[in-house]
Parts: sequence; C-alpha cells; structure tokens
Amino acid sequence: MSEVPRFWRESRHRYRLVGTRCTNCDTLYFPPRVICPTCRRESVGKMKEEEMSGVGEIYSFTVVHDGLEQFKMQIPYVMALVKMKDGPLVTAQIVDCSPEEVKIGTKVTATLRKVRSEGKEGIIQYGYKFTICP
Amino acid sequence: MRDVYILGVGTTKFGELWDLSLRELASEAGLKAIMDAGIYAEDVDALYGANTSGGQFVDQEQIAALIADYSGISDLNIPSIRVEAGSASGGAALMQAYLAVKSGQLNTVVVGGVEKMTDVPSEVATEIIGGSLDAEWETFFGATECSIAAMIARRHEFEGKAKRENYAVFPVISHKHASMNDTSHFKNIIKIEDVINASPVAEPLTVFDNAPISDGASALVISADLKKINNASHPIKIKSSSAANDFLSVHDRKSVDSFRAVKKSSDSALSLAGLDIGKIDALEIHDSYSIAALIQLEEILGKDAIKMTEGNDFYFNSSRPLNVSGGLKAHGNPLGTSGLYQAVEATVQLRGKAGQRQVKDPRNFLIHNMGGLGTTSVSTVIGVD
Repeated sequence: MSEVPRFWRESRHRYRLVGTRCTNCDTLYFPPRVICPTCRRESVGKMKEEEMSGVGEIYSFTVVHDGLEQFKMQIPYVMALVKMKDGPLVTAQIVDCSPEEVKIGTKVTATLRKVRSEGKEGIIQYGYKFTICP
Repeated sequence: MRDVYILGVGTTKFGELWDLSLRELASEAGLKAIMDAGIYAEDVDALYGANTSGGQFVDQEQIAALIADYSGISDLNIPSIRVEAGSASGGAALMQAYLAVKSGQLNTVVVGGVEKMTDVPSEVATEIIGGSLDAEWETFFGATECSIAAMIARRHEFEGKAKRENYAVFPVISHKHASMNDTSHFKNIIKIEDVINASPVAEPLTVFDNAPISDGASALVISADLKKINNASHPIKIKSSSAANDFLSVHDRKSVDSFRAVKKSSDSALSLAGLDIGKIDALEIHDSYSIAALIQLEEILGKDAIKMTEGNDFYFNSSRPLNVSGGLKAHGNPLGTSGLYQAVEATVQLRGKAGQRQVKDPRNFLIHNMGGLGTTSVSTVIGVD
C-alpha cells in the first residue's frame, strides 16, 4: 500500500501528458525530467513544463497475454510505444479496440482512464491510455 | 597492474528448487567454489554478493551479510557487500570484485550470486522482473519486461532488419546445449517451429522466447595472490571487465531496436584485453529474450550476426560457439546469478572440463551480462595465458 503523494505528485503528468521542454535546446521530454540529457548543466533552471497535444501514432506494439496481476482482467491487452506528434515516445495501453485493429502507423489519441488500484480500500490511480483515432 | 585469476568455481543446479532456500543455495555454491580453489575462509578478504530482487522475492535485504553468516564465516568479520544492477548484478559484482583485487587492496575475494524466484507465484515474479523497467512510466501503465522486448522485436522486423526465424533460433541453440549440462533447468530439445507456435506471452514472443523463472546460485573465487594461484589446480585469467549503460527505458533511446551500451562495453572489454573479436573462441550472452540475444550479437559481431542465424553457426562444435552453457533460456535465469554462471561456464570450458558440450581448445571467452533490455551492460573476457 502506497501513500497518496506518490501518485498525487504525478497527477498533471499522467492526467494531461505534461512533459518538460529544455528551453536551451528546445527539446520536449516525456516523462518529465529535471535535467536535459543533451544540455546537462546548461539546462539547469531552463526546464519548463509543457502539455502535449495527446495525438500520435503507433511506433511499435504488442498484445500481452501473460501480464501483471493488476491488469489480469484485461488480458489480452495491447501495449504500445506511441510516437507523439510533439516528439517523445510514450509507453501506454491502447484500448477500446480489438488487437487486430492496431498496426504500426495507426493514429491514436490520449484519453484519461483508470489504470490501477491497490485493493478495495487503496487509491484508485488514473492516467493516460490511447484510443484509435476515428 | 597485477593479473587476476579465477581459482575456483561452484554452482547449484538451476530450476524450481522447492526444497532449497536462498541461504542454502548461496552457501552451497560458495562452499563448492572455495573447495575448488583449494583455499579456506581465513584466506578470503571480502565477499561480493550479487542479487537482483531478494527484497521482493523473499523479503530479505543485506543478502551478502546473510550469505556470509550462513556460509559460516561471520566470525571472521569478512566484509560482505551486495551488488545490484538488475539482471546484470552478477556481471557487475564480478567486475567490482575484479577491480578490487586488481587495485591491490584486496588479494582474494569470493563473488557469489543467488536468486530465489519460486517462493512467489509466477505472476508476482513477472511483476518483480518488471522492476528493472521504469516503475512510474512503464510498469505503472501495464508494461512487462517481455512486452518491451516484444515491441523491440516488432519494430526490428518492421525496419526490415530481421525475420522471426532470425531470433527464434536462439532458444533452439540454448536448449540443445542445456541438454548436455547437468545443472540445467531444462534438458529438452526444441525446434524453431516449437518456439514460434508456443503459447504467446507478448506477441510475437512466446513462452519459448523467454528465459524461465529459476532458482540458483553460482560463485567464484578470484585472486591475485601468486602463492594461491600457483597452488590452484587450474587457474583461469580474467583479462578484462568493462561496463556501460544506456537510458533506463527503451522509450527514451534514439533507437529502440539497438543496444548501444552493449557495443560500448564489449568493445571496451576487448580493447582492455588486447584482443579483437576474431580471437574470441566462444560467447556467452544474455538471452533473457530471444530478440535480446539477436540484438546483442548485432552489437558484438556486427551485421553479419543476422546472416549467421541462418546457418549452423553458434553450436558448440561450430566456428562461433554461443551460449554453450545452455544460456539463460535453458540453463536457467535466476536473475542476479546469471552473470556469474556465465563466468563459471567459461572457466569450466577453458579448463577443458565441459564434457559433451566442450568447445574445442578454447583460449578466450567473452561473456556479456545485461540488466533490463540494454540498460546495463557488463562484458568480461576470461581466458588462458
């Protein structure tokens, strides 16, 4: 069982896909970082939060048949690397579709969903998943 | 700088060892290594213990202290430290021990790895193995380590670099070799169709593309003490050990289907050993997933590696023996132990004592141990003078 701050502090990143842009080299990072891996010390104090568009396409994917306990009810589920229009690759679930509809290059959009929970009394954790663009 | 030798090696059987605990496995391997080296506990300056996730598998931390204690050496106050680098813990511990002895501060060190994985249900083990990914940005959203490997495989195929058969062949090779090794988790021989058609774990990967959940421990005694080296029955030299790292998560790398750290660590280890790849007689690589084996080989051997998967290369009696131990896939993958078992196998082979699976007159082994999928990479060259 985890304490609330562990999830609360990531809320804006997980609910609205807020990453960080290094204003030194103009690169957007997601997940958010405090130091740019290219500019390193030059980036200190220059990392600014920025919300992504939520739109991207499938870069690679897999259908998971033997997954984590928390996701057992969803098996088989689709995990993907989504190449965001904004630049970063994001590891996320693709939902509301059959696995056969997912291909490399398929356009997807982010949506807020329940991701997991810690038992009956634990915190319900929300975050992004992606659906296929109509 | 002085030369460092492996004086003794020891290993338990790998597999689902229901009747053995973590401490029993560790002390069995350690005792075998010490006896093989012909030394006594009083001769040991330090113990380096490799373990990946004991805190989660068996609720135990301070594992090196536990191993020392239950190996009966606590009364000697021997410093005992755990090294953790995901599934590269074994290789990383060997490297730290090697550097400590090479430096001159320590003379004789025991380095042992242990993992007890079957005390939790398999879905819990899958979760713990996923601990090598980014907990907040991969595992949180449902990714397993196998699912990341699967996405690497899918992209690799999409890029036109390799076909399914080019990596489905690695479990076949490992099972063949494991069938000739007494300590293997699996001894059955499989065919390439078995790999491709087995039940899926994360498509396109099946159960046969994945290394198993295994219990097991392995240990080595290494030393730069000339008297002990001369007394040992068959010392084998550690010629170099080098590590490199990449971004923790595949989604942060410039290329998802290459392992940049593997090229860095293997090139560095070869250079420190003063050898080129042509002088390496056999390779042990980290075949936790079949696709991971292929990509490591592309980094170590170059692009020819893909073509080589189409012939009969890589068997113990071929020109490029690979994973003659049976690999992580079939000899077993007790996470923190695996890198050390690779060193045990190299030693046994270089001594010419590997029985049926003996490589013909090997002089140098390159072993590659990896944490996660290309995140931590440790390459070690072991050979005869």
